[in-house]
Amino acid sequence: MKKFTILDLLDLDLRENDALFLKCIAGRGGLGREITVAYLDRPGLALAGYFDNFAYQRIQVFGRGEYAYIKKLIEEGKPEIIEKFFSFHFPCCIFPYGAVPEEKFIEIAEKAKCPVLQTELSSPELSQRMIRVIERIFAPQQVLHGVFVEVYGIGVLIKGKSGVGKSEAALELIERGHRLIADDLVEIKSVAGNHLEGKGGNAFLAHHMEIRGLGIINITHLYGVAAIRDTKQVQLIVNLEEWDSNKNYDRIGAEDKTEEILGVHIPSLVIPIKPGRNIPIIIETAAANERLKKMGYYSAREFSQNVVKWLETDSAASPEDF
Amino acid sequence: MIEKNVVVKNRAGIHARPAASIVKTANQFNSDLKFRKDNDEINAKSIMGIITLAAGFKTELIIVAEGEDEEAAANAIFDLFENKFEED
Repeated sequence: MKKFTILDLLDLDLRENDALFLKCIAGRGGLGREITVAYLDRPGLALAGYFDNFAYQRIQVFGRGEYAYIKKLIEEGKPEIIEKFFSFHFPCCIFPYGAVPEEKFIEIAEKAKCPVLQTELSSPELSQRMIRVIERIFAPQQVLHGVFVEVYGIGVLIKGKSGVGKSEAALELIERGHRLIADDLVEIKSVAGNHLEGKGGNAFLAHHMEIRGLGIINITHLYGVAAIRDTKQVQLIVNLEEWDSNKNYDRIGAEDKTEEILGVHIPSLVIPIKPGRNIPIIIETAAANERLKKMGYYSAREFSQNVVKWLETDSAASPEDF
Repeated sequence: MIEKNVVVKNRAGIHARPAASIVKTANQFNSDLKFRKDNDEINAKSIMGIITLAAGFKTELIIVAEGEDEEAAANAIFDLFENKFEED
């Protein structure tokens, strides 16, 4: 993984309930400092002079208590502790509530080349958002080859060898009112260990598709914003492959097959391709069926149970009575 | 499986045209061909994949080839890079 610095943190495009509203008020020389752990620290004890087990790898958040305490330290003419505090190479310090620290504090931070950030958020809100944002950055990730579409609200990852017709299937799904998230290159992140989030690898080039014979097309321009989406949870994997007459394909579907990506098991299907099979409609049905399963209805399983029940009744024993 | 290091030698980097010629060459072989950049691996037979690599001038990549004609495949791609995709 690439280094993640304070500058990268300030550059993140965070919106809505992820927005951190961070701005750098001092110590710009240290914007290259790296963030290595997804935790925050409240430096109360360190500021009181107790530096044992000081978690200096973490971002230091100055809440109201710490803010008042450094003010008192400076007013009492004891900046040495703050100087000692800044001798540790922590990533940065953040002042929530839009608080502006004492000038002496800024001076020491500038000298230590340590970034001082400020935000309008309250400190509990900052901690929550910050941990969510940083955890996502440190989440395990993988790049997969495939097309990622949203079909009836289900995130479907279509995989298969190149030339098997993934993009063509996705194009027809878009035509039928579904949404494209990424074509060809899908960046997948494991969030919280049980949730996979997929998106296109590059925001500048996203939502384009390559269709053999046509070249590169812009889905947003052709089908409008309603046909695209930036990120989506991966909920179903569809593997397209050439029809192999020696292979046994699932005919009942009562067993749930899964595929593992980054340690998360995702329901998966293998759909064989043959002329005359309408793949987009099969994918649509698979997505709708996945929704049914989430609601607790398993078509194939219930069907088999009904067959068993029927076989146990008298009507099955003497069908001529019908 | 063989791996081969390459460097982008044409000034414009891998834009649409070089990407298309990589895909064209890659598709002449049966082997699986991939490019590795940092921790990412992308399929060399996919044009969008290669463009999204954002491989500019002097970017170092690793060609990873696996299959019956892996050596010929890797060499063919390597030659494209060496010839600067007939640019410059």
